[in-house]
Amino acid sequence: MMPELGDYAAEVLSAYAASLLLLVALVGLSLRRSRKVRAQLDAVEARRKDAP
Amino acid sequence: MIALLKRDLALAVRAGGGFGLGLAFFLIVVVLVPFGVGPEAAVLSRIAPGILWVAALLAALLSLDRIFALDFEDGSLPLLATSPLPLEGVALIKGAAHWITTGLPLTLAAPALGFLLNMAPGAYLWLLLSLALGTPALSMIGTFGAALTVGLRRGGLLMSLLVLPLYVPTLIFGAEAVQRGAAGLPATTPLLMVAGITLGCYALLPFAAAAALRVNLR
Amino acid sequence: MSIWEYANPKKFIATSTPLVPWVMGLAVAGLVVGLVWGFFFTPDDYRQGSTVKIIYLHVPAALMAINAWFMMLVASLIWLVRRHHVSALAARAAAPIGVVMTLIALLTGAIWGQPMWGTWWAWDPRLTSFLILFLFYLGYIALWEAIDDPDTAADLTSVLCIVGSVFAVLSRYAVRFWNQGLHQGTSVPVATGGRTVDDVFFVPLVICMVAFGLLFVGLVLIRTTTEIRARRMRALEARMRR
Repeated sequence: MMPELGDYAAEVLSAYAASLLLLVALVGLSLRRSRKVRAQLDAVEARRKDAP
Repeated sequence: MIALLKRDLALAVRAGGGFGLGLAFFLIVVVLVPFGVGPEAAVLSRIAPGILWVAALLAALLSLDRIFALDFEDGSLPLLATSPLPLEGVALIKGAAHWITTGLPLTLAAPALGFLLNMAPGAYLWLLLSLALGTPALSMIGTFGAALTVGLRRGGLLMSLLVLPLYVPTLIFGAEAVQRGAAGLPATTPLLMVAGITLGCYALLPFAAAAALRVNLR
Repeated sequence: MSIWEYANPKKFIATSTPLVPWVMGLAVAGLVVGLVWGFFFTPDDYRQGSTVKIIYLHVPAALMAINAWFMMLVASLIWLVRRHHVSALAARAAAPIGVVMTLIALLTGAIWGQPMWGTWWAWDPRLTSFLILFLFYLGYIALWEAIDDPDTAADLTSVLCIVGSVFAVLSRYAVRFWNQGLHQGTSVPVATGGRTVDDVFFVPLVICMVAFGLLFVGLVLIRTTTEIRARRMRALEARMRR
């Protein structure tokens, strides 16, 4: 299944690995922060309803 | 406007920081370079235009954060903002005052430091011209950066990060003019570009700086 | 603070939330199709060998790096003129994405340049321009982080973004002038391969570009929503403390 990458296998693979790693990290961090802020906001809203 | 310019100049002279520190910094950077790259005359004369320009740029950067900070701390900046003089004019004058206290002395001192770096004889005129035309732009861009960060407690480092990328075009054209002068090539084109950048900066950046000041004084 | 301030952001969240899974799903699907196609089913270039496969990451990332800044510029202008908070927050949300895209473009370019040009880095106009763009992104983000008051931060970063755009364009041309001046036309040829490439490479490349675009849109939506919530949270906490 692996294509023949010839002499440049290391370069091509590292380029893909590094880029995909960065993209996954970006998406992961965005989603994590989104979830965290959402939970925090819900908590704040709940507290506000409890004590108007 | 003239009164404000006079006041700023007087303050800078009395504080002693504007002229002295910037020039001393300029000298030290230029002196440090041979220690870093070695004393060969050929190498030094090859990199002299770039070193002089970068050093002048850093020396100009050094005193930027005081353009508005002092006025902001003692409360005269809001007064200036409410004076009949438009804030754009204030920014323009501040930039000009900064140039007179740092850019002008740097320009005049640069040829002397050129000797230290063994610069090609043909380059001195171009060095003077390009610095004289380019350093006003550095001052005005710096004024904009200072206006952006005036309200921050530790804005100095941040301001360097904001301002230095904006210096790129001026530096490129300025150093290129000297480089070409040193090689005996016609250097009019980069010189004209430097002049264009300076004029553009003084025409447009006061508005941006004034907008930033208004936000910071809100 | 009036309720109107939240009317618009609320609508934004309500509209974007159902959209996000679709956009992100399409983006991931496009990425998978484009990259798998590019990686496994395209022939090697006769000159570049298998390194030509890097193009499927490099070109779309570079494209989005510039587009992200352009989007920030437009959003900044909208904020300054119309004062829509969502606009300023969207500009803030886009900046880190732009940084990552610029980083990917620089990184893959360096990895490609090592075997092809024989050097990781050359002071070629395009490379240099991207490095400068990277610095602009860093400054922009740093200014956002440094200012506490959200409205002040939005105003100042918008002004910076506009001035920065002018200087970024100026730098691009200055850099081109500078390098030609030094190397007298013998600069490293920017053989991106994109121009001369034929359909075998082109179709997966376009798929990747579209996928990167969708990914950018999806991420901006997610991050903007996050910023809106964070802002609302700060406002609520400030009100409760009073």
